[in-house]
Amino acid sequence: MIEIIDLHKSFNRQVVLDGINLTIPTGEITVVIGKSGVGKSVLLKHIIGLVRPDSGRILVDGLDIAALRGRKLREFKQHFAVLFQGGALFDSLNVFENIAFPLREKTRLPEGEIAGRVRLRLEQMHLAPEVEAKFPDELSGGMKKRVALARAMIQEPKMIFFDEPVTGLDPPMTNTVFHLIRQTHRESGYTALVVAHDIPEVFSIADHVAMLHQGRIIAHGAPEEIQRHPDPVVQSFIKGEVDFLEG
Amino acid sequence: MSNFIRKLGRWSLGLVQEAGGMMLFLLEGLALAFVPPYRPRRILQEIQLIGVKSTLIILLTAAFTGMVLALQGYYTLRRYGSEGALGSAVALSLIREMGPVLTGIMVSARAGSAVTAEIGIMRITEQLDALDTMAVNPMQYVVMPKIIAGIIAVPLLTAIFDVVGILGGYLIGVVLLGVSSGSYFSGMVQSVVPLDINGGIVKSLVFGLTIVLVACYKGFFTEHGAEGVSRATNQTVVLSAVLVLAWDYVLTSFFM
Repeated sequence: MIEIIDLHKSFNRQVVLDGINLTIPTGEITVVIGKSGVGKSVLLKHIIGLVRPDSGRILVDGLDIAALRGRKLREFKQHFAVLFQGGALFDSLNVFENIAFPLREKTRLPEGEIAGRVRLRLEQMHLAPEVEAKFPDELSGGMKKRVALARAMIQEPKMIFFDEPVTGLDPPMTNTVFHLIRQTHRESGYTALVVAHDIPEVFSIADHVAMLHQGRIIAHGAPEEIQRHPDPVVQSFIKGEVDFLEG
Repeated sequence: MSNFIRKLGRWSLGLVQEAGGMMLFLLEGLALAFVPPYRPRRILQEIQLIGVKSTLIILLTAAFTGMVLALQGYYTLRRYGSEGALGSAVALSLIREMGPVLTGIMVSARAGSAVTAEIGIMRITEQLDALDTMAVNPMQYVVMPKIIAGIIAVPLLTAIFDVVGILGGYLIGVVLLGVSSGSYFSGMVQSVVPLDINGGIVKSLVFGLTIVLVACYKGFFTEHGAEGVSRATNQTVVLSAVLVLAWDYVLTSFFM
């Protein structure tokens, strides 16, 4: 279980996170929604150790990761994977090498075993075998996301964090990526945190939804509860109402 | 007036801060060379990118530099009846100054800019963050091999520059202008002493380190998207060329 307790963060005196409290249950998918620029990705970067909080705690199975340094932080990082917004595939490596990268870096598996696992993941992502020789700049947006998901899955992590996994994709590919997230989650049972603003698609994959607004979690519950939430800000966001007031 | 002083103070503080940041960056990069995993394969890849791929431009620059030195030197020396000293003039100019400096400037223009652009793009497309989240230290995977490659490749490129420059000078001085081959090389052997060669090697080591350090640092701390990468690349070429020339003065005064 991941517990975020009273998390605060400011950049150049601008408050981004203003006392976040959130629990992410083990083995379930929690989706954080909110407008663009509200701090969803900043929250995610705190959990994966890329940004340090000004104050507050992030407990992962009781371990405060905001206080971890050096080897202990590296050990913690081996338990999770991240699917970045643009995929963050390594330009200089082809698809096969990208997916194999975590195994080659962090395990001593023989090349034959690595190749087997990579091909299994490609198949799982419905990617043709000939894709493995392509470089990231030869792939479509949807293929990049699927390769990135394959790379995230390759070490069978306990937790996967998704930063805007469908941004920039067309509706069929959006549904495909969400379908793959749901399918892999069902098969592997990892704990997932998805940061997204794709309404209503995110409700189809979420076990829990939390809405971030003005640095705080203003609503948290099951997807149905959030859809019926009385807060006008939540309703306005879900309905996609025009909002010129928010700069 | 107070506004001007404030700006000057802010600029000076920024400069000191950047110099300090760069020094810490260098120390971390070098220290990681001695921490496993050692990554010899990555170092070889970077030697290929920084060194081998710069060879052609170094060959061309060296050949023309040697030819120009011989042409200028021949007509100057002929006025004093000293054409026989052409070999030593060309060799000393190349080994002491032109070789290390021009190699440094050419490497900063070709490989330095490429290194900054590569790391800068990795930064803005979150590839460095991806490495970090995979528990792979980006400093060790990306920066350290480039620093080591710079230290190895630039002195070797400088040696190539010196040899090709001397041969270029031979082509013009001996083949075209008729200086005797024996005097061209014997003058060289007599006038070039180990201190000249050692000085050239030290300079090329320092230049190699400086160029790659600036290139990696500017790329690693790139901000603001594609425009930021363009700005960082530009800064790398200008700053590393200026630093090469400044270091050249400091090291020349040390070896004189």
